[in-house]
Amino acid sequence: MEISRRQFIKSAAIQSAVTAAAVLFPGISFGAWKMLDPSSGSIEWKKTPCRFCGTGCGLLVGVSGDRAVAVKGDPNCTVNKGLCCVKGYHSVQILYGKDRITQALVRKNGKLVETPLAEALDLVASKMQETIKSHGKDSVAMYGSGQWSIADGYVASKLFKGCIGTNNLEANARLCMASAVTGFMTSFGLDEPMGSYDDIDHADVFIMWGNNMAEMHPVLFSRMLANRKSKGHVKIIDFATRTTRTSQAADRSILFNPQTDLAVANAICYEIIRNDWVNWDFVNKHVSFHKGKTNIGYGTEDHFKFKDKAETVSLEEYKEFLADYTPENVEKISGVSAKDIRYLASLYGDPDKKVVSYWCMGMNQHTRGTWINNLVYNCHLLVGKISQPSNGPFSLTGQPSACGTVREVGTLTHKLPHGVVMKEGARKMAAKIWDVPVENIDPKPTYHTVEMFRALDRGDIRFMWVQVTNPMVTMPNLNRYRDGAEKDGRFMVVSEIYPTPTYDVADVVLPSALWIEREGFFGNSERRTQHNDQIIPMPGDCMSNTWQIIEVARRMGFEKQFSWSEETYIEDIWNEYIQFHDSPKHRMAPFKVLKARSGAVWPFVDGLETKWRYNAKYDPAAKGDDFHFYGKPDNRAWIWLRPYEPAAESPDSEYPFWLNTGRILEHWHTGSMTRRVPILHKAAPESYVEINPDDANRLGIVSGGKVKISSRRGSVVMKASINGRGRPPQGMVFVPFFDESYLINEVTLDAFCPISKQPDYKKCAVKLERV
Amino acid sequence: MPVFSYLAYPVPGAKKELINDLAALDYCEATPADNQEILILVTDTPDENKEKELQKKLKNLKSLESLGMTFGHTDG
Repeated sequence: MEISRRQFIKSAAIQSAVTAAAVLFPGISFGAWKMLDPSSGSIEWKKTPCRFCGTGCGLLVGVSGDRAVAVKGDPNCTVNKGLCCVKGYHSVQILYGKDRITQALVRKNGKLVETPLAEALDLVASKMQETIKSHGKDSVAMYGSGQWSIADGYVASKLFKGCIGTNNLEANARLCMASAVTGFMTSFGLDEPMGSYDDIDHADVFIMWGNNMAEMHPVLFSRMLANRKSKGHVKIIDFATRTTRTSQAADRSILFNPQTDLAVANAICYEIIRNDWVNWDFVNKHVSFHKGKTNIGYGTEDHFKFKDKAETVSLEEYKEFLADYTPENVEKISGVSAKDIRYLASLYGDPDKKVVSYWCMGMNQHTRGTWINNLVYNCHLLVGKISQPSNGPFSLTGQPSACGTVREVGTLTHKLPHGVVMKEGARKMAAKIWDVPVENIDPKPTYHTVEMFRALDRGDIRFMWVQVTNPMVTMPNLNRYRDGAEKDGRFMVVSEIYPTPTYDVADVVLPSALWIEREGFFGNSERRTQHNDQIIPMPGDCMSNTWQIIEVARRMGFEKQFSWSEETYIEDIWNEYIQFHDSPKHRMAPFKVLKARSGAVWPFVDGLETKWRYNAKYDPAAKGDDFHFYGKPDNRAWIWLRPYEPAAESPDSEYPFWLNTGRILEHWHTGSMTRRVPILHKAAPESYVEINPDDANRLGIVSGGKVKISSRRGSVVMKASINGRGRPPQGMVFVPFFDESYLINEVTLDAFCPISKQPDYKKCAVKLERV
Repeated sequence: MPVFSYLAYPVPGAKKELINDLAALDYCEATPADNQEILILVTDTPDENKEKELQKKLKNLKSLESLGMTFGHTDG
């Protein structure tokens, strides 16, 4: 099929109109758009989820011949109802960058040289076997991604945990979602949100906890704005450490000092109890109180160990604990006025208001990430605003399949597709489904991500295979980990689509297929599993990440466990995988359903999706007549006594600024894809440092002028942005991490939450110098 | 061979009428929004003269309140 120039122009004309309409009328839908197809040329439209953030927008990709030529929002997908963000609309252009990797490369005499793919796969398998023979099974590791397709993560887990017998399997979701997981596990006993995106359309109040949703989840944010516009009384509260586009659109912007969200959350609960806004029926029936260890450290040293211990306490003890968190006390450390704290508490406490709390990296990339997740749940549990339409806490996901692949398949050192390696029952289930001896599965977790890269540096790990992620840009305290990867005696395999700083340290590069060049699945923030067909052919020698792992597994002698055919392997893997979740608490939709629909939310029971978990009205696993928090042994949700503790590193006289890092609307993570899309690159061609205008004035820094940002670990020189899209308060700077020319993670600190092991990219101390 | 796209705003209450009016015109393709009182209009005329004629017809539509251009292309 060919598309004429004229048809292309018309397609662009339609696209422009839809984009303009979406800006003017957030949430607008053009269900009849497909009717334009016959007149707009020979384009065939095929469904797929977007491959960028965790929202999980449904796309329709226009294909002409073997080429993806256009994108529009899928009106049948309830997530985005036909709308996309700027990344989604340009997503197919990531397929066609000029420097796409289409051949395998092997480092020979210091240079990466094109090599037949079969030879490269032979080398990967033999090197892994050789390393295991010389240094033991725990000397090899795989580091994957929340952008992995579910099948990628599943076969990686089967190979590493089931066949090789090492728990050296981690994914970059450790850097983005681990605190959300441990937050859910400690408060509810089961991972992932209880609510769904339907909450956005009907809530009265939205409280964003350190979450720049306008840029990071713009489609969901536009649904929120549409709700506010249609109802009139809806309030959006931006509770954050800097002013962003979200603050500008919000009804109230309340700034807090970094790390003090812990104290404010406790003060909100203090006020809820003081005013007797507690939903006592709910609390008495469905909540229990617990405390854990305090002064728990920051993990900056190698081999750091921490294990929390829960102790049941009484409501009275909880009240005593909260006595330190009066609004006046908390005002002193948080910078949030007592009046504003009382205002926030009143929103949660008003029985006539439906409240949704949203958060993402601000709460998760936090040295007390698990604690702050617990504390926001406390706010909802005290007033019983949870597990019901438009009332609930909702942890948003950063990546398209951090939930689907990493959290559900369990591609973390301690996890299996169902349960954890420490539990015999979980090991037995995995061994049976995988057809491996149960002794193969090691009951001891090995390394979480930061410790895995430390082990690579120390030489405890000698072989690492990286897929769909770019750790040589994203690891905090990067200098140490890049030096480690480049040491003699290390062997790095990198499955990639474009050259990156991680590609630069590779001994073997395997050319990967992009998402619509292969069949697969993602799982989004609201427990929605989304299938995509292979829509266009793979270029050159590219291969799906799933099939790369299968090829290597077979070469290592695991033919029996990886015997699927290339024609049907994705469906076969799905059918094997869903055996792990065959209960009303987590049943997944059948392959046939996922292929036909723009996603289905689990638990999928008797043909129905479960939009609100733990509520017997909606959740078939919940018993009784109202709520049932069946994840915990006492069948209750747990309120935790978690104190305020300071950040791992705070500004001082030598390093007087907080450094905060993050993403921006136009670029996805390290920019390896979006910086190759001309329009996105043009919109944000390089990174910058946002500085408060008063600080800039004092230091003689002007917008566009060069600034050196230094910490105890490294420094970066980049341009200043003053009063740009974001404005930090005095004493803070913000740097987006999308630009590999400015490796801001050489400056950040590798401190992490001792429970989740997720690093804190939002807080370390730096100094600024005008260059 | 000009191609333009617009957001077409009907006079209040006349969305259906505007859809019908546009459907009756050559070189026009209209797509209504499901949940807002607007339409997307794409015009694709063979030359400048036809484009001018179409513009006149559009201006005379009683059901059309205003047009907001979102895309324009003319050869040469």
